[in-house]
Amino acid sequence: MKRLLKGGRVVDPANRIDGIHDVLIDGDRIARVGRDLPVDGATVVEIPDGLIVCPGFIDMHVHLREPGQEHKETVATGTASAVAGGFTAVACMPNTTPVNDGANVTAYILARAAEANLARVYPIGAVSRGSKGELLADIADLKKAGCVAITDDGHPVSTALLLRRALEYAGMFGMVVIEHCEDQTLKGDGVAHEGFHASSLGLRGIPGAAEALHVERGALMSELTGSAFHVAHMSARSSLRSARKAKEAGIRLTCEVCPHHFTLTDALLGAPIPYDTNTKMNPPLREEADRDAMLAGIADGTVDAIATDHAPHHYDEKKVEFDRAPFGIVGLETAVSLSLDRLIHTGLIRLPRLVELLSVNPARILGVAGGSLSEGAPADVTIIAPDLEVRIDASRLRSKSKNTPFDGWELRGGVAATLVGGRTLFRNEGVRLNSL
Amino acid sequence: MSAQVTQVDETPAVTALRRKDLLGIADLSPQEISLILDTAEAMKEVGSRPIKKVPALRGKTVINLFYEASTRTRTSFEIAEKRLSADTLNIAVASSSVTKGETLADTAANLEAMNPDMIVLRHSSSGACHFLSRVCKSAIINAGDGMHEHPTQALLDAFTIRERKGQLAGLKVAIIGDLLHSRVLRSNIYLLTKMGANVWVCGPPTLIPTEVARFGVHPTSDVDAAVRDADVVMLLRIQLERMEGAYFPSLREYFNVFGMTEARLKGAKPDVMIMHPGPMNRGVEIASEVADGPYSVILDQVANGVAVRMAVLYLLAGGAEHEEAA
Repeated sequence: MKRLLKGGRVVDPANRIDGIHDVLIDGDRIARVGRDLPVDGATVVEIPDGLIVCPGFIDMHVHLREPGQEHKETVATGTASAVAGGFTAVACMPNTTPVNDGANVTAYILARAAEANLARVYPIGAVSRGSKGELLADIADLKKAGCVAITDDGHPVSTALLLRRALEYAGMFGMVVIEHCEDQTLKGDGVAHEGFHASSLGLRGIPGAAEALHVERGALMSELTGSAFHVAHMSARSSLRSARKAKEAGIRLTCEVCPHHFTLTDALLGAPIPYDTNTKMNPPLREEADRDAMLAGIADGTVDAIATDHAPHHYDEKKVEFDRAPFGIVGLETAVSLSLDRLIHTGLIRLPRLVELLSVNPARILGVAGGSLSEGAPADVTIIAPDLEVRIDASRLRSKSKNTPFDGWELRGGVAATLVGGRTLFRNEGVRLNSL
Repeated sequence: MSAQVTQVDETPAVTALRRKDLLGIADLSPQEISLILDTAEAMKEVGSRPIKKVPALRGKTVINLFYEASTRTRTSFEIAEKRLSADTLNIAVASSSVTKGETLADTAANLEAMNPDMIVLRHSSSGACHFLSRVCKSAIINAGDGMHEHPTQALLDAFTIRERKGQLAGLKVAIIGDLLHSRVLRSNIYLLTKMGANVWVCGPPTLIPTEVARFGVHPTSDVDAAVRDADVVMLLRIQLERMEGAYFPSLREYFNVFGMTEARLKGAKPDVMIMHPGPMNRGVEIASEVADGPYSVILDQVANGVAVRMAVLYLLAGGAEHEEAA
């Protein structure tokens, strides 16, 4: 079956395309991208003015919670959330129960993903067995089973030595090591960014330096080993400085930033809802200078990817005292709107750069398919509506969990449709798109 | 969350607390603070009568829900409630369903089902009272939440200062000790700066909260500078386990650098008041000679706690909007 997406603005920076083009999809592949392509028996989908056709977005940092934490999310609900948020693929973190530190868990996740048959799922394996930071996991097995990277996310790799070994060993398979950068001794039992607001609310602080210290450690270990190192959910301005310096030195370091860290600050801890546990995540919401640094890093190219750190938690778990609540918020269904509203409509960056952050670079960092609309590539397509007026309604999220601080937010820009392997898996009813 | 020193303005005195809860000093106006302190004066008189009881809260049910050990505060609240004729009960954590793993929200919901009027909450988590106020119809009174606020302590401190000095505005108040972990500090900073006092806070840098100057106070680690010409010196408890967190090397060294001795106190005003919210560690933050000396008002603070808590209970019961529906 052929479908011709006709007359839309196509933004495909990997192929240096930004203009009115047609996209011909043949089955599950991109057949051709060009101007005024012949219909040639294909079903024509007219793309209305104002919609943008992009290579499918890839969220390289999500928690699907399966196996073991199905009360928070499952592979099926998480990937439903992904396609509703414009993501055609997600990379899922190994901190499940049990930890994804072996081929059997990886295979289980992939089986559930195949059953759900929604967004593509790229499992990320553990660096160490049980993510305990002692012995390396069976990384070759993980790779063979389908893992695309390794991390002990939730915690940093326990020691510099183990990180060095992991980089050396995973480098053999071309796998990137993703690091939750955080010095545990500096973090202590902190629950919020160390600053004025934590002082005011009597919350134990986590300084930005706790993160930057491990960005530095990772950069040095990457330099030592020559292997690729990726900084997860970067939040502190000192981390950005370290990442920038490492990149200037030619170190193979990449980094991602979450939408909440380029939109929110720790002022949200105290108002409008004091001690709202949906403002509790790790790394924490930081101060304005940090938020602005993340924006600057997005603008100047230091930041490679936008990732959500989608961290669903059941409302029972969040409906507790602030310091007892788990860290994390859901993010898959708010990321694109937040990015369009705060990065595009503010004039900070232009659409091709946004597509790099959401698609091209995540694909490149993980070494997975996608990131372009090249001929023969999987027909993973995200169509966005930059001017769509969107109101975030937590109760209507597809994710099993509703823990978002963005409930009720009104944003400009949203997702019009999501195609995975040529199949339309999400179509926004607020956008006119015939026969897609 | 006013962080600036605000002068007491000339607007007419308020006559009721038009709020459901007392969660902290941060959201009280100077007029509301004055109202509580003025009301506490009348309540103090009640406590000096042979029959120490008035019918103000007759028929009201007050639950003292204490998740942390407390002698002074819980007793003080209970006496205050009884002097106002409230029906009062104490929930001791160890013997309650809390130890069976019930959440605070569920415990509160169950208590609410029995239709109390007020819940006095002491909890180790900062923000626990804000959390409870969102899930409860009852008035919530914060009896100390984590490292956040302890509003009735600050009110009784202010009452005690005002009793001696006539007013708070213009006084130099030095607060010395473990600032970082202290809810008493935060409530006192809010209250004293709102009422126009000149507040100095002093301790080792390891125990000073980040950006504390933004609260409108003078932070220092020079104890003599803090004490110099002070009208009030308030010591905060140094918890013995802080050594393990490497906040300072030893209790002995803490006492040598920061402990309040008679010699150090010589720099203060001649009529300086020595205050401590208790419980004291004698020979750590305060020398016994100072604690027991002529400048100490530590037991006056305890005595005044009852009157101030009576005032808070009375004003919340009388002014809160939820009462109108009853």
